[in-house]
This record gives sequence, C-alpha cells and structure tokens, in this order.
Amino acid sequence: MYRYSEFDTAFLAERNKQFRAQVERRIDGSLTEDEFKPFRLMNGLYLQLHAYMLRVAIPYGTLSSAQMRQLALLAEKWDKGYGHFTTRQNIQYNWPKLNDVPDMLDALAEVGMHAIQTSGNTIRNVTADHFAGAAADEIADPRPYAELLRQWSTDHPEFQFMPRKFKIAITGSENDRAVIKAHDIGLQLVERDGVLGARVIVGGGLGRTPMIGKELSDFVAFDDLLAYLEATVSVWNQIGRRDNKYKARIKITVHENGIDTIRAKVNERFLQVRPQFKGADMTLLDEIKTHFAAPAFREGSVASFESAYTNDPVFRSWVDTNIAPHKNADHAIVTISIKKHGATPGDATAEQMRVMADLAEEFAYDELRISHEQNVILPHVHKSDLPAIHAKLKEYELATANIGLISDIIACPGMDYCALATARSIPVAQEIATRFDDLKLEHDIGHLKIKISGCINACGHHHVGHIGILGLDRAGVENYQITLGGDGTETAAIGDRTGPGFAYDEIVPAVERIVNTYLEQRDSPEEEFLQTYRRVGMAPFKAALYPEAQANAA
Amino acid sequence: MARAFTPKIVTANDLLEGDVIYLTEDDRWSRDLAEAELITDEAHAQVRLLDAARQANKIVGAYLADAVAGENGPEPTHFREDFRRTGPSNYAHGKQETATQPRA
Repeated sequence: MYRYSEFDTAFLAERNKQFRAQVERRIDGSLTEDEFKPFRLMNGLYLQLHAYMLRVAIPYGTLSSAQMRQLALLAEKWDKGYGHFTTRQNIQYNWPKLNDVPDMLDALAEVGMHAIQTSGNTIRNVTADHFAGAAADEIADPRPYAELLRQWSTDHPEFQFMPRKFKIAITGSENDRAVIKAHDIGLQLVERDGVLGARVIVGGGLGRTPMIGKELSDFVAFDDLLAYLEATVSVWNQIGRRDNKYKARIKITVHENGIDTIRAKVNERFLQVRPQFKGADMTLLDEIKTHFAAPAFREGSVASFESAYTNDPVFRSWVDTNIAPHKNADHAIVTISIKKHGATPGDATAEQMRVMADLAEEFAYDELRISHEQNVILPHVHKSDLPAIHAKLKEYELATANIGLISDIIACPGMDYCALATARSIPVAQEIATRFDDLKLEHDIGHLKIKISGCINACGHHHVGHIGILGLDRAGVENYQITLGGDGTETAAIGDRTGPGFAYDEIVPAVERIVNTYLEQRDSPEEEFLQTYRRVGMAPFKAALYPEAQANAA
Repeated sequence: MARAFTPKIVTANDLLEGDVIYLTEDDRWSRDLAEAELITDEAHAQVRLLDAARQANKIVGAYLADAVAGENGPEPTHFREDFRRTGPSNYAHGKQETATQPRA
C-alpha cells in the first residue's frame, strides 16, 4: 500500500488550502460561478441534479482499512450515510454541502486520499485490475506503475488543459479485468527476455463513438515507458481536435489519422522526450515497489474451509460465485457483492464500509479493493477464514452470491442523480435483479453481464455488456436501447443494437425474453450467454424481441 | 414561423445546498415547484431569467424550464423536471425528506 511522502502530504495540504479559499471567495461573492467552476471541477466537485457531488479518487482501486473507515466517516458526517462506488474505482458522495467540502477534503488528506483530477480535461484517476497483486494469472503487480503514473500525471503542467479528459487503465494479466481496450491508453504488463515492460493499447473508449483500442506498441520496457506515454499524450495534446468536444478524445485522433501515423508521430516525439527522463522515474518506481510488497502470507490448515464448503450449501454457493483463485494456493480472493437484489448497484452504507474495513484488518492483511464492476474485494484471505468472513457479511446484507451473474449489474447513477443523464439507470437495474431473483433462475443462467448507462456517455459501460442497456430521452419519454454481445475483456467487442428501443415498463420483460431465448438456444448449461450469442447471432434474439416485425415480414 | 412560446418557470440550484429551487412571483426562491411563478410572456421570461442570474451569490445555473398550470400551481412537462422537483427514485432523499429552506 502506498504511503504518502512528505512531498505528497505538503502538496495536498497546499491544494486543499487553496480550494478552501476558493470556496470562501465563491460564497462571499468575489468569484462568479463561471470563475469558480473550473476550480471546483479540478477538485472533484460537481453540481448534479439535486445537489453537489464529490468524486473521490481511489487510485488503482486500493484502500487500507483506515481509508475505508474514513470514507465511512465522510458518508456519515457530511452525506446521507452512504457512498456510491463507481465504474472508475472512485467513490461519489451525492449530497455534500458546498460549505462542508473543504472539511471533507481535509479529512481525506488525513488518510492520504484526494479528489484531484477526478474531473476536467486532465489525466484522470488511473485504474487497475482489482485483483492486482493477488491474481494467480498475473506476471507482476501493476499498482507500483499505476502509482508512478498518478504522481507523474498529478498537476503535470503540460497536461492540465487537454482537448478532453484522458483515462489510463493497467493490468498485469493476460485476462483483462481492467477493460484496458476501452481506455484512452490501456497497459498490459508483459515480460520480454527477463525485462518487464508493457504492451500499449491506444484509442479505446465508449461514449457516443465506441471504439476498441488498437495496439500502439507490443512492448515498451519500463525504463522507457513513462517517456513513451508522455510522448503519446503530448502528440494527442498537439493534434487532438479542440473544435468539437465530441471529436476531441484520442480515439477520434487515432481513428482519423490511423494507428500507423500516430505510431510514427509518437516515436518521433519519444526521441525528443526520452533524454528528459534520466532514470529518476525508475529510482522512484523502485522505491514505490517497496510499498506494494506482498504480505507475508500465513500458513495453516484449510480443513475448516473444506468442511464448511461440504456442509453449508449457502456458504458453498457464495464460494462458487464470489471467490477467485489466489496466487497462493491456501489463499483466496473474495469479492463482496455491493449488489444485493433490489439495492442500488455500488452503494454501501457507512456501517457496511466499517464492517468491510474490520474484515480487511482482521483477515485480509489490511487491504481492500474497489472494482470497476462496483464491488469491494478482499484480495488476500486465507481460506480457513472464509467461513467467518461469510458469516459476518451475512449479518450486514453483504453476502449476496451473485458475482458475474445477471444481478451483478453495472449501472451509472442515471437521471436519479446525474445532470447529464437522459434516463434513469438505477431503477432498471433494481428491477432486473429483483425479477431474476424471484424467478430463481440466476445460477442456472450463469455468467452474464448486464451493463446500464443513463446516457450516451456510457459511464455504465453498456457497449461492453453481454446485454447492454442505454437509456435515452425519446420525445420526452424514457426509452431504452439494447445491445447484445459486448465484451470488456481481452476479447473486447462492442455490442450490436437489437433494433428499436423499449419503454421504461417494457425493458425488464425485454431482458427476460433475451434470457429465455438464450436458455432455449444454448447447447448445454456450460455454454455461456456470450458464447451462445457468438454462435447463433442476433436473429433468434430479434425474433423474441420484435415478434410483430417478424409477423409483418412473413 | 417562430415557434410559439410555451409557459416557463425559472429554476436553478441553491449555491450552498445544491438543492433545486424555483423563482417565485414575489422574488423568493422556493424549493417547491408549485410556488414558482408561471411565466406566459416571452419578454417577461427573459427579464425574470436576468433577475435570477443577477443573484449569483445565492444560486447556480438559472434557466427557463417548460411548465404547465396545474391545480396547485405549475407542473413539469418533461420527466427530467419531474425528477428535479421530487428527488431520486432509489431513496426518499432530497425533497422527499424534510429539510431546511434555502436562504431566501
């Protein structure tokens, strides 16, 4: 876990002091809203539909128990007793008062956290595989590099006024859990001849023009990576379009110029930038790496786990869905579902946050993670502790066994909170989860990712959902478009639109028809939704969704 | 042909609370849409919007929103304004709970 240096602490204190003064000047009338808005956005403060919203960065999704407890304190003291974990590994508070925000930022600084660059046209919070440092399938922990990127990008003078925002994701595994192909830059750690480096993907992104990222380089050694990334961002900063905000993201620059042209420009710029990097970054990286050393994994019998697994069907079901393999065979990765059926995806109460912090402290080497799928992870747990963890989670409605299933839905805040939204997302997610829980079909359906966005900006990642739902305003009424076959992993794909959208009260039945079609079409219970869709294509789903169109065509 | 003017209300967010507020005929800011001044004249609407924008130290982001006359005062014509006057649908927060009035 990264511990702030004196420099980090002093920098943050100075920033918070500046913002406190800016808030005071806004309230006493010396700053207009037009003057104040860029300042508040630089510090993660938005004005949403019903209130302000403070977006706090959780760099690469990693938290200590003390940090999680502080997030709970903020929720209780200055908000309405809960926080919302987002698809970018941030936490959002939906109800802060302008007067209180400087105190909230000071409280965050006490535990080495901030809201800097969670908004605006800057390099945003760097996200990472939520299983980083624990996954059985990774070649190296990507978080030290992510922390280096955080330090490099924070207040980087060249990158404060870019054409648009810029998002970087990083993973250490071939199995992509960080959606790297849907980011402006995606990094996959790879090793070549004993040297650690990264494969660099560029120009991915969702939003109104969804694109899968393209390979900019198949390998850049760590020694050169920061210079290479600086070259990449700077090429875009120079030639990216500033005339039209919808065409300003690097995905459009890559699309319009072609990946080969971009690569040539980056290589040229890299030669200029490279001499400025004289190895200080690698010295810093070595220092950062010591913060992320793996804990001393305890040894012990796993017999109590095996006996609970055999004898307790509820525990077994939870283990089967919510536990992932750890690099240490006696350990496991626990995903705590923040998606109880009918609850708001990603919302946790202050009490739940404290319970998770306590569990992390007692059983999980003091570490927690937030996933882009809006769940909380205990990355290192000895298997013998799983029954006790499960028992505690049950008491606080945190033991839902649904990870990767139909009710483990990603949903953006939608029009219940967001000023940009064109329709609601949360109630659609709640109703889908409740419906399939009532049908008791969830475990039979198996691995199926539903992702819902309440507008074209796609914070809910609908394009890469196996079933994607996009809420729109169609002539003053909420209307939901469906896409099928999206995929956010290493085999990334943008979903295909089924056809005309559905009204608010038609969307849950439409999803049910899609799922029933899958159950009819799959060739065995082992064939997952996405595999079936890839095998049979859109036609049977279309027939189930639009029977009238089929009848007319006949 | 110019589009016919449809009735409007002036709405904004309170500077400190962030809450949705409406301009009333007697120059107060109310949290309740039903108390808003329903404006049926286009020129008057522009004047009232200017009146609102001048109060930059109380409010943020004033704009004109469509509304219609209802039994108890103005009512929204679009679902976005309906959500703004009510609060979120997943919790009884915002205007669905008792809260202090913004500074008038």
